[in-house]
Amino acid sequence: MSISSRRYATNRVAMVLCTAAAIFGLFWLAAILGTLLWNGLGAINVAIFTQMTPPPGSNGGLANAIFGSVMMTLIGIAIAAPVGILAGTYLSEYAGNSKIGEAAKFINDVLLSAPSIIIGLFVYALLVVPFGHFSAWSGAVALAVIAVPVINRTTQDMLALVPNALREAAAALGAPRWKVMMFVTYRAARSGILTGVLLAIARISGETAPLLFTALNNQYWSTNMGAPMANLPVVIFQFAMSPYEDWQRLAWGGALIITVAILALNILARTLAGRRAS
Amino acid sequence: MNISTEAATGVTMQAQATTFAAATQDQPVKLEVKNLRFKYQNGHEVLKGINLQLRDKTVTAFIGPSGCGKSTLLRTFNRMYDLYPGQEVTGEILLDGRNILQSSEDLNRLRSRVGMVFQKPTPFPMSIYENIAFGIRLYEKISKADMNNRVEAALRETALWDEVKDKLHQSGLGLSGGQQQRLCIARAVAVKPEVLLLDEPASALDPISSAKIEDLIGKLASDYCIAIVTHNMQQAARTSLYTAFMYLGEVIEFDRTEKIFTAPSNPKTNDYVTGRFG
Repeated sequence: MSISSRRYATNRVAMVLCTAAAIFGLFWLAAILGTLLWNGLGAINVAIFTQMTPPPGSNGGLANAIFGSVMMTLIGIAIAAPVGILAGTYLSEYAGNSKIGEAAKFINDVLLSAPSIIIGLFVYALLVVPFGHFSAWSGAVALAVIAVPVINRTTQDMLALVPNALREAAAALGAPRWKVMMFVTYRAARSGILTGVLLAIARISGETAPLLFTALNNQYWSTNMGAPMANLPVVIFQFAMSPYEDWQRLAWGGALIITVAILALNILARTLAGRRAS
Repeated sequence: MNISTEAATGVTMQAQATTFAAATQDQPVKLEVKNLRFKYQNGHEVLKGINLQLRDKTVTAFIGPSGCGKSTLLRTFNRMYDLYPGQEVTGEILLDGRNILQSSEDLNRLRSRVGMVFQKPTPFPMSIYENIAFGIRLYEKISKADMNNRVEAALRETALWDEVKDKLHQSGLGLSGGQQQRLCIARAVAVKPEVLLLDEPASALDPISSAKIEDLIGKLASDYCIAIVTHNMQQAARTSLYTAFMYLGEVIEFDRTEKIFTAPSNPKTNDYVTGRFG
């Protein structure tokens, strides 16, 4: 009796602590999202999607920044997805327990948590200094460098989830290894790998630091990948730090757009992952 | 009441009638194992000099306690073990008189001749139709109409056609466990192998599905050289013409199934088939 009542008490205390921790965490999330909605919704109108970033004191929008972000993210992911998926495939399926495989997995995990500003500086030295100017290409490459380890790691994890029995079954029919990989293993891991790519898009579309050193910013509409290009994170950074109220309002609007976009990507990724599980 | 009693008696009588596969004229030897030894990477010797023959168009059962090497032996017949590094095999396995253990053996070709079905159903993550077409396409280039016929023939051969003919293009993962396993057998016979290896094909299934698989084995026996590993002694008795009793990596006794189960010459075999150990 006393043992069980003590267990009830312990259970109670633990439950209260867990609930308090959850509420504490959720409160800040709700506060951030609430503030963002409160301040951002007022800035959302047609102009924000159609007009260029304005000088202080005049009307404008974020069209050039939205376009730049979409361009650099898409090109970044177009570079990163094949590299990441192929690297993940090699590490999970072919490297086995070899020393080089283990070392590459470890380094990839380190890269996964590398500060993005370091990656920005790296690409600055690689692609900005030699050419003598900032460019959207270097921005896209910096985003790709950030996305590769994410995609690499999720690909490894998703391939590891494919039961060996499935590979054996395909091999038992006489399928050569590459066909087992292409037609059976990839197919079984497909939605998981796609989820990884979506999460990588979500991750890089909000990155600011690497773009500060590479794409920089551009006040005007520009589709020239060889020149500096506007992008949402850097514009938000610049406008939010400014003393001008209209710029600050645009920064709130941009922040809301990015947040909603990333939220949508995450929901899409979760839906895909959930469908795989069922 | 009457009907169910009758049905029950019917089942018992049928079971009794088919307790042992009909003793027919011996078929020619299809696969011969000579002094086969198998060592895992960790140095553990699992097969210690195996000698036996599998006859064509005949079911041979492998029984014995867990860990005796039955599955390992089966996996040498299509060199499945080759998927993993570091294993050591000596001796000879002659398929139609040709040693398949030679390093020059084309493993994919070998596996297209020696099909395998595993304990757990392993449908590929694709449609029922594609599950079967996948294996056929590996080694044959045939027209769509011919492919349709081959898929239908394989499904009819495994008594699955009537259950799936209206949903051929739905995922194979949506079938029940028993249907999935018959799909795997259909997939294996669709490529027209000469030998069929069944590694505990019914042990993960409910009794009714299990009975269907046994029926199927009986039917397939007239066309293929079949080797079946099973923990179910009644199943071995019902389905096979020959039985090998294995213990600790050796074949203790290999003879007509009827003799193994009614008058074994080795006391260990007697103990095992009467359920005294194992």
